[in-house]
Amino acid sequence: MTNFDLAVVGGGPAGMAAALKAHEEGVQKIVVLERAETLGGILEQCIHTGFGLHYFGEELSGPEYAGRFIKLLEETDIVVKTDTMVIDIADDNTVTAVSKADGLLKIKAKAVVLAMGCRERPRGALSISGTRGSGIMTAGTAQKYVNIDGYMPGHEVVILGSGDIGLIMARRMTLEGAKVKMVCELMPYSGGLTRNIVQCLEDFDIPLKLSTTVVATHGKERLEGVTIAKVDDRLQPIPGTEEYVPCDTLMLSVGLIPENELSKNSGLELDRITNGPKVDEYRETEHSGVFACGNVLQVHDLVDYVTEESQIAGLGAAKFIKGEKVSGDCVYTNGVSGVRYIVPQRINRETDADVKLYFRVGAVYKDASIVVEANGETVLSKKKKKLCPGEMEYVLIKKDVIANLPKDSVITVRVEA
Amino acid sequence: MEKRELVCVACPLGCGITVSIGDNGEVLEITGNTCKRGDAYARNEVTAPARSLTTTVRVDGGKAYVVPVKSAGPVPKGMMFDCMKVINNASIKAPVKIGDVVIKDILGTGVDIVATNNAE
Amino acid sequence: MTYDVAIVGAGVVGGLIARELSRFNISIALLEKCNDMAMGTTKANSAIVHGGFDALNGTLKAKLNVEGTALMPKVCEKLHVPFKNNGSLVVAFSDSEMEHVKVLYERGIKNGVPGLSIIDRDELRKIEPNISEEAVGALLCESAGIVCPYELTIAAVENAVTNGVEFIRNCEVQAIECGDCYTLKTTAGDITAKFIINAAGNYSDKLASMVGDNSIDLVPRKGEYYLLDKSVGNLAVHTIFQCPNEMGKGILVTPTVDGNLLIGPTATNIDDKSDTTTTPEGLRDIVEKALKSVPAVSTRNAITSFAGVRAHPVCDDFIIGWCGKSEHFLNVAGVESPGLSAAPAIALYVREILSEKLNLTEKETYSETREAPVRFRHMTDEERAELIKKNPAYGRIICRCETITEGEIIDAIKAPAGARDVDGVKRRTRAGMGRCQGGFCGSKVVEILSRELGVPMNEITKFGGKSKIIYERTK
Repeated sequence: MTNFDLAVVGGGPAGMAAALKAHEEGVQKIVVLERAETLGGILEQCIHTGFGLHYFGEELSGPEYAGRFIKLLEETDIVVKTDTMVIDIADDNTVTAVSKADGLLKIKAKAVVLAMGCRERPRGALSISGTRGSGIMTAGTAQKYVNIDGYMPGHEVVILGSGDIGLIMARRMTLEGAKVKMVCELMPYSGGLTRNIVQCLEDFDIPLKLSTTVVATHGKERLEGVTIAKVDDRLQPIPGTEEYVPCDTLMLSVGLIPENELSKNSGLELDRITNGPKVDEYRETEHSGVFACGNVLQVHDLVDYVTEESQIAGLGAAKFIKGEKVSGDCVYTNGVSGVRYIVPQRINRETDADVKLYFRVGAVYKDASIVVEANGETVLSKKKKKLCPGEMEYVLIKKDVIANLPKDSVITVRVEA
Repeated sequence: MEKRELVCVACPLGCGITVSIGDNGEVLEITGNTCKRGDAYARNEVTAPARSLTTTVRVDGGKAYVVPVKSAGPVPKGMMFDCMKVINNASIKAPVKIGDVVIKDILGTGVDIVATNNAE
Repeated sequence: MTYDVAIVGAGVVGGLIARELSRFNISIALLEKCNDMAMGTTKANSAIVHGGFDALNGTLKAKLNVEGTALMPKVCEKLHVPFKNNGSLVVAFSDSEMEHVKVLYERGIKNGVPGLSIIDRDELRKIEPNISEEAVGALLCESAGIVCPYELTIAAVENAVTNGVEFIRNCEVQAIECGDCYTLKTTAGDITAKFIINAAGNYSDKLASMVGDNSIDLVPRKGEYYLLDKSVGNLAVHTIFQCPNEMGKGILVTPTVDGNLLIGPTATNIDDKSDTTTTPEGLRDIVEKALKSVPAVSTRNAITSFAGVRAHPVCDDFIIGWCGKSEHFLNVAGVESPGLSAAPAIALYVREILSEKLNLTEKETYSETREAPVRFRHMTDEERAELIKKNPAYGRIICRCETITEGEIIDAIKAPAGARDVDGVKRRTRAGMGRCQGGFCGSKVVEILSRELGVPMNEITKFGGKSKIIYERTK
């Protein structure tokens, strides 16, 4: 058994930012446990640029963004264990991990930060009928083959899902000489950033087919083609609209799921919408001393926001370790009419700083207002030119407002179209 | 006069920009952008569109087969595939450090191709 | 060399026959047309060890089912394959169905099925808490169980290979020449053997016809399934059947030995035996009917769907015996459900028949056990620590969802008749079998296969043939 003040599970952008923040706040003994061979998480394979504009004020590639944090970490005495997989977190915050180098590790930590990131939704969850040969993979898997291993995962590609990874891979495959036939999107709008639609699809004349899905796969061994179809308002395929598209690869970019196996096993209840643990304003979960941040908590669209959130968790963990963290009566947040979820889910009434409520909307809105209400009164109302599900929004709530709310009251956020 | 609707790709915000273009192709007015980068993007996009290029390059004698690279600045949009050809035929000796120049002044664009990750 | 026996088809039937015969002083080749064993019907079925009350009295099916089910726990123990005696239920939703349950009960008793009883609504609800409110009673069969069919087959073949059987992959028999002995013209070259055992599953009719026996009449019947996440694996305690119809035993809801929930199968007669496509109608049908038994079932928890093809014999019974057209050619055909349950008994039965024409003397070196594979996920922390100390490869977790280590994957590749492709690793270790379906570990498994087999990554396949995962270098 080794003792640490803080154990951070995951060495991607979230874990690194949380560890660094806690270190900056004076936490002494910190360990970062990373399952891959290197720090950086998924950023290592995200070689496109677009990272860091908010946080660093410049446009970096994924490895560059991660590289800056890796460098900062190396300059500290934070212990980094790569190739180390956490397999259990006990009630007393004892973290069990395994690695080739250390064997079975038991780490007793005063606080734990969960920063395991997320994974891609696989085919199985989609119920696409047809054959089950090779050539069907998530966009992230394809991205690893191309960018890390240096192999072509296919030559004629159909992409299902217009999330950012799907869009980025459309361009990436095209640049490497593959023919990307189309990107199909189930919803009537793209889940990706507008700029990616422009520079990954429009630049290369790749059609984006909205309200369209893949209904069947063909080819017994390697994929030989897919059948696509238009979908109706209830997202059900419309008979008669089927079309066969020859291709050897189907890439799926159909959503990300926070990777909360560890959280679930340690008894944390997950938010039904975010699929992440429920947290307070410092990202402390319902287990005392266990914090969560980054994509394990909610799927972010920009890594800059992951960093920001993880610093909040790192600060929270530091406060907790130093015995300075407020924990008591709470008020709760609730997203209604148009607002799908809010993080944090609860706020300590006596919190020591203003709190940003992050949320996502469930549809595209133009010229709408975001209205925050609590205890029957409007706390604030903010006009927005455009709201869309692909982009995370936030509102800032003053700590005095929170302090004046009765215990257990609910702050609601809604869209007024 | 012609009006062109653009979505700014300078950063992930993706502002909608309207550019008014005169009969001689000159930019008359730019609206909808929320920063200077947007203005510059829109101006370039209607006159000389350019994109930053990210890909990988082969590593010689290293553990990794490829290392990621980017163009240090935007390259003309129409030259992306030509640049890819040059990059795909190039290689860099390990070890590679972030920022190492892999190809100087690619195809006379004045833009360097630089490594964006370390490789042992 | 000329083998004494060539077994064609490495499904659960061929695999267990190979194992059983490997105890004797005879040379045996096990021929498989795919890149791995258990690739046909064995790979995609309900994974049920049936009690034996379905088959009509006096059929071979009934006899071998009851005997096989009785043998199964022991076989699984020797091969270190998980078997769970969870029991089965045939649920009735009306009084007329309750009448049918009584028929099944009577038939079961006559077939010699142990542990049968008819239970009422309350008892049913007590032992199967998530059962539909509509259920009025059920036939409980305490002797039924669940087993993983491909794990059983892999273990049986490994055991057979350890005992001297030669396992030949990618070896599709295209023609058979009959002379003093048989010459099998295969995709892996000519193979000669004195005896042929036809365990070719859906293709056993085709194989028999190669020696002039056109008597085997099979109808390929497709069954589609959904596999649901482990988080809902406890929705069913028993294997829950509905009352059977003329196409089979209907849609069942069952836990698997690995803790998932399996629902299916549909039953559709098809023309193309290799058609294992799932269909939108089929998948919809499964859910609709499964909901009737267990209303809490939801495809929100689906991790995959798949389909298998079973060889339904028109004569409605197993076809096991010497072929009338060729003296040393033994058919083991038409083995549809409850073929898995019957397989251990089929192996013994085949041995008996074979001994009529081939002298079988026991080897001294025969071992009936297969060593237990390392299962990191089932170990205590102390065992894990010890294991990693011995071999650090067990300290590297490759499949996050199922907690599978690099050491286990290497073991699977290096095993006798080891894995050669990604699906082979998956079936042996469960790497990629979890809820991310190989999203994270798929490329790692490709890397390990490439390293251990000494072939480039882009030659690794999903399941042999043209099922390549990746193509050429990007540059």
